[in-house]
Amino acid sequence: MKISMRTQKLILPYLFILPAFILFCVFMVYPLLKGFQISFFNWSVLPNTPSTFIGLDNYIRAFSDKIAGVAFKNTILYALITVPAQMIIAMFIAVLINSVTRGKVFFRAIYYIPVVTSWVIVSLLFKYLFASPQGVINYFLTDVFHVSSTAVPFLQEADLAEIPIMGLGIWKGIGWSMIIYLAALSTIPHELTESALIDGAGAWQRFWSITFPLISPTVVFTLVMLLIGGFNVFISVYLITNGGPMQLTEVILSYLYHQTFVYLDFGYGAALSFLMAFVIIIASALQLKFLRKPQELM
Amino acid sequence: MKKLLRALKKSPLYIVLLVGGVIMVMPFLYMISTALIPHLYVIPYPPELIPANASFDNFIQAWQANNFQTYFLNSSFVAVGSTLLTVLFSSMAAYGFARFKFPGKETIFFIFLIVMMVPATILIIPQFLLMKYLGLRNSLPGLILIYAATTMSMNIFLLRGFFEQLPKELEEAALIDGADYFTIFLKVMLPLSAPGIATVAIFSFMALWDEFIMALTFIDDPAKRTLPIAIALFQGQHGTQWGLVFAASLIALIPVFIVFFSLQKYFTGGLTTGAIKG
Repeated sequence: MKISMRTQKLILPYLFILPAFILFCVFMVYPLLKGFQISFFNWSVLPNTPSTFIGLDNYIRAFSDKIAGVAFKNTILYALITVPAQMIIAMFIAVLINSVTRGKVFFRAIYYIPVVTSWVIVSLLFKYLFASPQGVINYFLTDVFHVSSTAVPFLQEADLAEIPIMGLGIWKGIGWSMIIYLAALSTIPHELTESALIDGAGAWQRFWSITFPLISPTVVFTLVMLLIGGFNVFISVYLITNGGPMQLTEVILSYLYHQTFVYLDFGYGAALSFLMAFVIIIASALQLKFLRKPQELM
Repeated sequence: MKKLLRALKKSPLYIVLLVGGVIMVMPFLYMISTALIPHLYVIPYPPELIPANASFDNFIQAWQANNFQTYFLNSSFVAVGSTLLTVLFSSMAAYGFARFKFPGKETIFFIFLIVMMVPATILIIPQFLLMKYLGLRNSLPGLILIYAATTMSMNIFLLRGFFEQLPKELEEAALIDGADYFTIFLKVMLPLSAPGIATVAIFSFMALWDEFIMALTFIDDPAKRTLPIAIALFQGQHGTQWGLVFAASLIALIPVFIVFFSLQKYFTGGLTTGAIKG
């Protein structure tokens, strides 16, 4: 029996969407809901002991947990420092590449290489470069530029360890924003910048009054994406310091990972993850609300 | 003369770009030179960019040691498998969203999008329990399923936009000729959207080849490890044998760099069309 064209058209779209939707519901939507449930339980990993409902206890505990505080502080600092740094440097490089005539493709590729290299590999690489006393960075600091008389213990002290961790975040991320800014810059008509040039506007003035307003939606896009990425910092911390020394370089994800898979405290880990998601969602929503507005008015 | 003056005026720009470029590339040069030093048990000091006794010993040793070839195969299987799966399913779904009107369409699309906004790592704990429950821990096909699921939202979002820009005439002509919708999808839609499909496939492959957190969490069995896990653990075990660690890392980078450099044009173009609209 041939199914009529009408019924075919009615059922077909669902058939096209179904495989993706099933996979998505099982592995993404269900875990999202399940994770929320777990965060209200003293979750038992053993099959014979039941999990007990403890209401908001896991969330309350997070606010009195000193290390969780350190982890939140480190995560927010990481985002606040690496995100603007990436954006400013990337914009600077993109404007430069856009204004040179030769080697555009070459420079674009060079700055993009760290982006395509895996986090695991570049994290190990930075651990190697920042090692003390024999690391490459310490070699330059002590023996080449004589900035420091003794080797700097980058990986042994918590404050110093932020340098390779954040440095890696910035170094690896520049190329991503740069590519996006370059594409946005290429959409600006030449006549606009040239007429400003004739009017005698300086490079800085041209950038702020013409270029920047035109590409500001793109800037907002990168800001939102980079902040989400910044809050999700994990692999570099996990591999460079593993949260040490004395858990002082923990970020939220490394801390919840340790709580969950080392101390097997699944409920607490889940609560921490939802607190972090809450921060990310609020931050993204605020940016979109406040930063999109002026653009729409123009 | 005028040309020369213009070029000179721009030379500071080139100098800045070159200095920045050196900062981008230097770490990799040190990685390569370290990988070329054989029998390295301590960090070499002072570091040499061109090692005196350079050899490929580390590459040979890394390739033959510690099940490295198994890990390479595991990674290839998982990255290729999950890329194929996510491209197939998300292009089907994107076609459904782009070309049909049906009840619940925008609600279903919204569910895909809203979960994309949720940071993926908060799912790791419940996903771990789910994989255990489904018996998919230490299973490479299990990893393929969950990898495909995590990349689905983004791919559907990008491909829907791509499909909607394509002209409808060819599909309509095929329909009049008596083709059914599945045939149209396979024979008309997919070939027409090759650039979009390629972009999505490259993105997915590169992200999944490097995936670390899920593989670290769901895989215990040493024989089932993927390269990122193997390399991280390799460094843990062989603490100071950096030459070996970096040789292994460089081998792991080869597929990504081949994909990146051969398809660079597609890649950067595809990324930016989505970004500028977004």
